[in-house]
Amino acid sequence: MGFPHPTHPKENPVLSKHFGDAEARSFDGWMKRGGYEGLRKVLRMTPEAVVEEIKTSGLRGRGGAGFPTGLKWSLMPKADGRPHYLVCNADESEPGTFKDREIMRWTPHQLIEGCAIAAYAIGAERCYIYIRGEFTDPLKIMQQAIDEATAKGAIGSNAFGSGKRIEMIIHRGAGAYICGEETAMLNSIEGKRGNPRIKPPYPAQAGVFGMPTTINNVETLAAVPHIVMRGGEWYKGLSLSNPKSTGTKLISVCGHIQRPGNYEVTMGTPMKELIYDMCGGMRRGRTLKAVIPGGSSVPIMNAAEAEDCLLDYEGVVAKGSMLGSAGMIVMDDTTDMVYQIWRLARFYAHESCAQCTQCREGTAWSVRILERILAGKGKQEHFQLLLDLSDNMTGKTICVLSDSCAAPIVSGIQKFRHEFEAYIQGAREPAMAAV
Amino acid sequence: MSRDAGKRGSGEAGQQTAPVHGSAHGGHGTETGPYVPVFVGPARAALEELFTRYPTKPACLLPALWMVQEARGWISEPAIGEVAEVLGLTPAYVKGVVTFYTMYHTHPVGRHFIQVCTTSPCNICGAEDVMKALVRETGCGELGATSPDGRFTVIEVECLGACGFATPILIDDDFIESVTPDKVPGILQRYK
Repeated sequence: MGFPHPTHPKENPVLSKHFGDAEARSFDGWMKRGGYEGLRKVLRMTPEAVVEEIKTSGLRGRGGAGFPTGLKWSLMPKADGRPHYLVCNADESEPGTFKDREIMRWTPHQLIEGCAIAAYAIGAERCYIYIRGEFTDPLKIMQQAIDEATAKGAIGSNAFGSGKRIEMIIHRGAGAYICGEETAMLNSIEGKRGNPRIKPPYPAQAGVFGMPTTINNVETLAAVPHIVMRGGEWYKGLSLSNPKSTGTKLISVCGHIQRPGNYEVTMGTPMKELIYDMCGGMRRGRTLKAVIPGGSSVPIMNAAEAEDCLLDYEGVVAKGSMLGSAGMIVMDDTTDMVYQIWRLARFYAHESCAQCTQCREGTAWSVRILERILAGKGKQEHFQLLLDLSDNMTGKTICVLSDSCAAPIVSGIQKFRHEFEAYIQGAREPAMAAV
Repeated sequence: MSRDAGKRGSGEAGQQTAPVHGSAHGGHGTETGPYVPVFVGPARAALEELFTRYPTKPACLLPALWMVQEARGWISEPAIGEVAEVLGLTPAYVKGVVTFYTMYHTHPVGRHFIQVCTTSPCNICGAEDVMKALVRETGCGELGATSPDGRFTVIEVECLGACGFATPILIDDDFIESVTPDKVPGILQRYK
């Protein structure tokens, strides 16, 4: 549902069905709503059969990369005698994205059940749920739910009497966007600085504590109980456009929109329907200028691209951007694109872990150049300088943080060059004092 | 400017160590007298319980630092030494981790610590006005500073992950959504 708004007829609420329903937070409340049926069913299946079901569903990672979940699980070694770990990525920090927060706030047992099923499928007895430090409410609610599920015997040393040990431990982050990158997250759990690791080895071979590890996003895991109960074929059928994008997707919509919120739509739903029908369109008297569709780390779309875009992995790529984590930032005609691109660059400069030179220097210098332009001190050669910097920041570092900084800068210059020109030529009042 | 200035991205433009005003007025946990260890009594028991949650002792570092901050309000040099000792790490290692994560305070802060999000999604919805209202109404004067009465410290932070509820602020552990400048005085009244 378009929480905090009532469900729109064009939505397809599966994961978000009980958002806003405080009773669904308790163990008993969740059981009344059909909860833990999926886990009980899975405990009677072989782990291989569970992985197959998820493969059939076509479920892909909802954290941003869109990697097939069943395939990821199948990469875990079989019966190798080492401890296996599941890590749930609840470090949701991508600007524009606020879906995992609602899943944890309203349906903590949905996530716990998904984690338990995934842990069983990959042969893990322990799951670390990495929740960002600022999420004070989800931290409390999740801890309560884990305690309750353990006390009721759904998880713990003997999950539903199956003899299987499935423990869940919350690891609280402490304010670092980069820890949402999966290998940085593993370091953070190990008590280290959150620097991303060079791959290979991949986490399935040597993850947290050097052991085989699978890392999945909250929304991915929350979809798992539904797939187990209703079948992979059912989930695969939820696709309006490209058969490679299946299921429903929670789209967080924010910015200059009438009804910001989380909307759950079938993959392939037109973005136009989401913006104008479900979200009620732009603010009164305003028109759409730009959309950043996948959290702030993806190229900016102009209005024409957005209005012609289908919301699935391939549909957004076809319009020159990426679905990412589906945090949609909607901007109307009042938006100063140069200022907002600067603000995003500042975000990445602040969040760079600083281990790769291209990122540490590139993000910081991008900020400085954009500040010069905004202060009315820009020059024509700054365009090429920003593009050269962005080129050096793309595909050349351990993780993709600096690529993410370059994406809005490059697409911003391509699509809104006239706004940069206005500052450079003095046609627009400087937005800040000279540095 | 943002968060604890100078952390992590060392090449970041325009970042200087945040000014700290009024630390003599208290906030909480300003150091006076000899260091009193954190991990004694019930806190020691909690630490022992923590050891069962991870296969290695160093992995307990982040939660142990949270325990210190909850007890003392910030993480001082002697506290870094104590954490290093109980986890079998060096103080330099612990300091490296403390300074990486922006939510750990390396200096005393006001009794109530306010974090306001000004990243793009909130920025286009007026977050900078909320930030200015907070700085003005708390009497902090500038970001990163503590009000002269020791009551508040305000910092600007990056995305709090509640973009559809612009502008979110975090006061201590209270996550407050949809804040506008006119709501600021009423919200602050709840924090003495």
